[in-house]
Amino acid sequence: MDKTYYDPADLKKFGNVAEFSPDLAKKFFDYYGDVFKEGALTAREKSLIALAVAHAIQCPYCIDAYTSGSLEKGADEEQMMEAIHVSAAIRGGASLVHGVQMMNKVKEITM
Amino acid sequence: MKSLNGQKHELAAVQRQLDILSDHQSIGIDSFENKLQQIDLFPLKSTGIEIFQVNVGKMCNQTCKHCHVDAGPDRKEIMTRDTMQQCLEAIRDTDIHTVDLTGGAPEMNPDFRWFVEELSAMGKHIMVRCNLTIIVANPKYHDLPEFFRKHKVEVISSLPYFSARRTDAQRGEGVFEKSIKALKMLNEVGYGTDDSDLMLNLVYNPTGAFMPGSQEGLEKEFKQKLQEGYEITFNNLYTITNLPISRFLDYLVVSGNYNEYMEKLADAFNPTAAQGVMCRNTLSVGWDGHLFDCDFNQMLGLRVNHGSPTHIKDFNLKQLNTREVIINQHCFGCTAGAGSSCGGATA
Repeated sequence: MDKTYYDPADLKKFGNVAEFSPDLAKKFFDYYGDVFKEGALTAREKSLIALAVAHAIQCPYCIDAYTSGSLEKGADEEQMMEAIHVSAAIRGGASLVHGVQMMNKVKEITM
Repeated sequence: MKSLNGQKHELAAVQRQLDILSDHQSIGIDSFENKLQQIDLFPLKSTGIEIFQVNVGKMCNQTCKHCHVDAGPDRKEIMTRDTMQQCLEAIRDTDIHTVDLTGGAPEMNPDFRWFVEELSAMGKHIMVRCNLTIIVANPKYHDLPEFFRKHKVEVISSLPYFSARRTDAQRGEGVFEKSIKALKMLNEVGYGTDDSDLMLNLVYNPTGAFMPGSQEGLEKEFKQKLQEGYEITFNNLYTITNLPISRFLDYLVVSGNYNEYMEKLADAFNPTAAQGVMCRNTLSVGWDGHLFDCDFNQMLGLRVNHGSPTHIKDFNLKQLNTREVIINQHCFGCTAGAGSSCGGATA
C-alpha cells in the first residue's frame, strides 16, 4: 500500500481520528450513529442515500462501506445502481443547469 | 453442479477446513476460545437440550453454492430407519419438546414420512427445513404441504431474496420460480397466515460475503414484496449468517474474501449473542447416528466430547444436558452482530 493515498485497511481505523481530538470525535460518531438509526427513513433507505452520496463525493472508503452496508440491509444490485444514477444525474444536472447562467451571460454581452 | 465431495475437492476433507479455520493468527483475529474467556463463558456449557435436531441425510435435489452440508443429488448418505428408531427411543420419555429435521432435502429420505408420523404420535413439535423446490420436484412430493398440515409440522424454508436473480445465484437456476410455486401451495393448505397455527417461516441467508441486516427490517421488506408481487404470506423471517464451512468456505477462499469475512465476524462478536448460541439448547444427530453440538460442528466432524456419549445408541440425557460444547473459529458466525441460529437472530 505504499505510494498510494488510499489503503482499504484505513477504513477500519476511522475511529482512530479520536486520538487527536477525542471530544469532537465523540460528538461526530454519536451523531453519525444516530443519523443512521431506523427513523422516518428505513436503515436501508439511509444506506442507499449514503451510497449515492459516496459516489457524488467519490469517497472510496464510503463506497466500500455502503456497498456492504446496502447489501446487508437487503438492497439489491438494481436499487444500488439506481441510487448511483440519481447521484450521477444530480452531478451532471448541477453542471448542466449552470448552462443557464452561461446563456444569461452570453445574452447579456452579445448583440 | 457436483458437490465438493463429488469433485474430490480438497475442502471435502474436514481436516483441510479445520486447518484453514484454525489459523486465526495469520488473519490477526483472536481465537473464539479467548473471546469466550474474556466474557467468562468458557468452557461453553449446554443449558439442557430443548431442540433435538436430526440431519436425515445429505441427499438433496439442489446444490446451493453456500451449503455447509455439501449436500446435493450426488450425496448418498442418508439415515436408516434403525437409526431413526434409536432417535425415537432416545427422546420418547424426555422433556425435549422440539424435533428439527434437516438435510439435504429431508423429504428425500425414504423413511422421512414414517419418522414424522412417529414423532407426531409422540406429541413432539416437528420442524422441517424444507428447501421448497422439493415440493414441486416430482409428483410424489406434491402432497407434502398436505402431509405437513396433517402433522402440524412447522415449515422453515430458505428464500435468500425476493427476486430471482439473487435467489438463483445462490440456490441454482430456476429455484426462485419453483420456490414461489411451492410457497403458494403451502399457503393454499393454510400455512403462513396470521390466524393459522400452521407456521411457515422463511430463512434469509446473505448471498455473498456480508452479514445479514436487521431481521425485523428484512422481514417487513420480504412480507411486503412477497405479498405485493406474488400474494404470498408467511409468519417469520429468520436471518442466518453464513458460516465459513464447506461450500461457503470454498466460496470465501476462491473469491478472496475469507480473511476479511472472518475479521468482520470476529469484530462483530456480541457477548449477548454468545450467551444465547443455539448449541447450548440443541443436540444434533448425524445421518449415521453420531452426536454433535450443532449441524455446523456435524459438518466439520466435531462430535460431542468431554465424556458425553457420541452416538445415539448410547444416548444419555443427563450427561448430554451438562456437556461442554465443542467450539472452533467458525463459531464466530453465530455470535456476530445480532447473533445467528437455526431460529434466526439471537440478540
